[in-house]
Amino acid sequence: MSNYFVRRLLTMMGTLLVISVLVFVIVQLPPGDFLSNQIAELQSQGEMVPTEKIEFLRKEYGLDKPVHEQYLRWVIGLVQGDMGYSFEHNLPASEVIGDRLFMTILLNFGTILFIYMVAFPIGVYSATHQYSWGDHGLTFLGFLGLATPNFLLALILMYLSHRWFGTDIGRMMAEQYLDQPWSMDKALSVLFHMWVPVFVIGTSGTAGMIRRLRANLLDELQKQYVVTGRAKGLPPGRLLVKYPLRMAINPFVADIGNLLPQVVSGSVIVSFVMGLPTTGPVFLDALLSQDFYLAGSFLMFLAALTVMGMFVSDLLLVALDPRIRMGGRLRK
Amino acid sequence: MTDLLIVRDLKVDFHTQAGVVNAVNGISFRVPEGGTVALVGESGSGKSVTAQAIMGILPRTAEITGGEILFHDPKRTRVVVPPERRRAFTDLANLPPNTREFRSIRGNSISIIFQEPMTSLSPLHTIGDQIREALLLHREISASEARDMTIEMLGMVGFPNPQRAFDAYTFELSGGLRQRAMIAMALVCRPSLLIADEPSTALDVTIQAQILKLIKDLQAELNMAVLIITHDLGVVANIAEEVVVAYNGSVVESGTLDDIFSRASHPYLKALLRAVPHFNMKDGERLVPIREIEHQAGHLLSAKEPWPETDMQPPLLEVRGVTKTFRMRRETGILKVGKSTSIKAVDDVSLKVRRGKCLGLVGESGCGKTTLSKIILSAMTPDAGEVLFDDRGDVVDLTRLDAAAMVPLRRKIQYVFQDPFGSLNPRMTVFEILSEPLVIHNIGDDAYRREMVTELMRLVGLDPRFLNRYPHSFSGGQRQRIGIARALALKPDLLICDEPVSALDVSVQAQILNLLKDLQSELGLTYLFISHNLAVVDYVADDIAVMCGGRIVEVAPREVLFAEPVHPYTKALLSAVPYPDPDRCLDFTALMEGRASDPDAWPHPFDVTAAGAPSLLDFGQGHMVRTHATPQLVENQ
Repeated sequence: MSNYFVRRLLTMMGTLLVISVLVFVIVQLPPGDFLSNQIAELQSQGEMVPTEKIEFLRKEYGLDKPVHEQYLRWVIGLVQGDMGYSFEHNLPASEVIGDRLFMTILLNFGTILFIYMVAFPIGVYSATHQYSWGDHGLTFLGFLGLATPNFLLALILMYLSHRWFGTDIGRMMAEQYLDQPWSMDKALSVLFHMWVPVFVIGTSGTAGMIRRLRANLLDELQKQYVVTGRAKGLPPGRLLVKYPLRMAINPFVADIGNLLPQVVSGSVIVSFVMGLPTTGPVFLDALLSQDFYLAGSFLMFLAALTVMGMFVSDLLLVALDPRIRMGGRLRK
Repeated sequence: MTDLLIVRDLKVDFHTQAGVVNAVNGISFRVPEGGTVALVGESGSGKSVTAQAIMGILPRTAEITGGEILFHDPKRTRVVVPPERRRAFTDLANLPPNTREFRSIRGNSISIIFQEPMTSLSPLHTIGDQIREALLLHREISASEARDMTIEMLGMVGFPNPQRAFDAYTFELSGGLRQRAMIAMALVCRPSLLIADEPSTALDVTIQAQILKLIKDLQAELNMAVLIITHDLGVVANIAEEVVVAYNGSVVESGTLDDIFSRASHPYLKALLRAVPHFNMKDGERLVPIREIEHQAGHLLSAKEPWPETDMQPPLLEVRGVTKTFRMRRETGILKVGKSTSIKAVDDVSLKVRRGKCLGLVGESGCGKTTLSKIILSAMTPDAGEVLFDDRGDVVDLTRLDAAAMVPLRRKIQYVFQDPFGSLNPRMTVFEILSEPLVIHNIGDDAYRREMVTELMRLVGLDPRFLNRYPHSFSGGQRQRIGIARALALKPDLLICDEPVSALDVSVQAQILNLLKDLQSELGLTYLFISHNLAVVDYVADDIAVMCGGRIVEVAPREVLFAEPVHPYTKALLSAVPYPDPDRCLDFTALMEGRASDPDAWPHPFDVTAAGAPSLLDFGQGHMVRTHATPQLVENQ
């Protein structure tokens, strides 16, 4: 087991190294860099930029160095926990992200909880009552949620709440708490505001999850071991939870790896529409303005989370499924 | 003897999209206390549905529409039944399956074992956990008491180390052990009635014999009744006291074992008995299928390339010293590649298939027979050895050919698969399936292909009007005929049939076997016929090779092998085949307690000694046995 653990950690590092090269290349791919973009913009506004200053900045940010040195500098910084400096915000990248990270995680964690809490009972119901009216109705609702673009739902909700209640449900908290230190009232306000984006972002995820759980569970319900359980005299509820549901859950555990980066990157479009202070919009800006350290470091952060998530889900699968745990020592 | 279970005029309907199907249409029988009743029939006869109705585990689309299932459990006083309803019998047909009362019967007083030991148990839970669950449901005992009782039960069903077996997962066990675990689960609550739904059909013959013996032994020990559901009359003759024959949802005949086998009166049962291949068949005796297939060979298929006229007639196919080893990687170190363990799937196998004859290759699952057939097809490369094929006087070694040189030879060797459902693409019409080999090898124009395909359909007795249908609209036997027709499309010389009838009902099996025999003589085909069923091989083969643990242990002409088997494995195989004849019951002592397929258990001179593994010795008349000693020595012992 410990061997497996160490080997997995080593492969994870290798994977991250490859990703870092890819990220570096892709972010640097468009012509120019942040400074040349800034200069072009200033020049288009008719301002003169002194050459000495440009040269000074280039040196300062290391943009005059050869590409591989820039890469090394960035990677070594990352390893030491230094995410680099955001040109655009004039702040260390970690500070730019860090501010919004908490809100993003809070929001998306809520969303995931929402998805699981809604989708699981409905998925199980749909599968155990296949082709009943309840199944058809819930399936219809699910497809509706899947088909509606999130931002549209956000716009509609915002419009309706403004029209009927006269309140603004955008943002994560009431306006008077912005930039205020945390207090009980502020926390309550956040909670009150949060359910709308949670609902908006969650609907499509819920629908997808219902469909997958239903399909998985339907497959499992037809298996012979379920009949065996019934023949043993197990009550239907206990039978469902112990055997088919346990089997149907595997794909969801395997999915945790994808979940973690989703939690952090946030839903960019909905965040824009609702004015949510999540990391999504910042990341988009950084990519547009070629703010390399911010964009690159953020991407690396996401990649690390994905790899970590995969690791966690693999470990969970090993714990949950004896077939995976003992695959190595099959006896015939 | 008092009756334990009385089924009276039971009717079960299935509500399908095509309408209502009467799966069971008035089945009546009874099971006496402690007795053994066999419910016999082909698939679709309603026998399994009857079992499900008794257990209250019918699928949701099924509904009991009439009749009664009366059950009385002498072993238990049912406290859950209120006094005014405490009659001698409970009518299970009228008891809603999900009530507490029915659940207290299910798995407790009546339990069931299924055909598929591979899928009947959950792979995520230890077998101990799954068996103990039944005890915890039905008995007021603690988990540790239940554990002890479970371990005791595992010992009773023959687990060599019950303590360890408790914590084993299903995928760690062989098929036979899984079925034993399943039996332990069914019996752990000491039921009064055990329903065994095809308990041994999915198992090898020697394992089947052990499982049947186990059920018989436990039945006496636990004093329970057994309702065995099977299509195998050989199994019936060995285990049952009374027999009920079901056909199309109703009972056509019932009586004691003797009545059924010696005085069968219903034409269906008579036909069924004639359709099963058995060892007492005279030379040239034909099986009589319930529905014979009319077929005809056309001129395209009959026209064959002539063989050169020579005195020398080498075998059409000769396998020489073929060995194939599979390596399994074991994880050991962090970065270093783990030590690999290797398994010799095929070990120094030599065979000769004479032209125009049929060689039967017999062996249990895992003995390497399928690997060998793949090597012959060049779907796999052997580590050593030669596969010599006589291509009209031109003998070539198939293992030395590259992919391009192999293509023309692929037309000469074709394959018939075991599973008639998995081997046909469900998205292709029969026409497309049959013409595909011609398209691949670029043979003929459209007109030729259409004529050829029509001829192929007639050849296997199918109506050419069905050509535009898809495989799902055919029965298992018809699909297998399509598979045979596809294999014949290229006019091959050698046909490798890998268990072609093992997935089919007995009556259909006779059809296919007769068809294969007829085609062989009409088209001058040579067969390599792989099967685990000795009676089937006996019916079609001229020579038989017995394979075990990757090695050929005995080769002989058919009559010789059955008359004078020499190798202990062959003897065990022969003695494990259940005869559909109550006077010839299985001799369980000859089974070597299930160790017959383990080379380490073979006595001298068949064992692996310091001098190494024995090699094939000639006993004359083409009879070869893998042994150390000469024929005389063996006789002297």
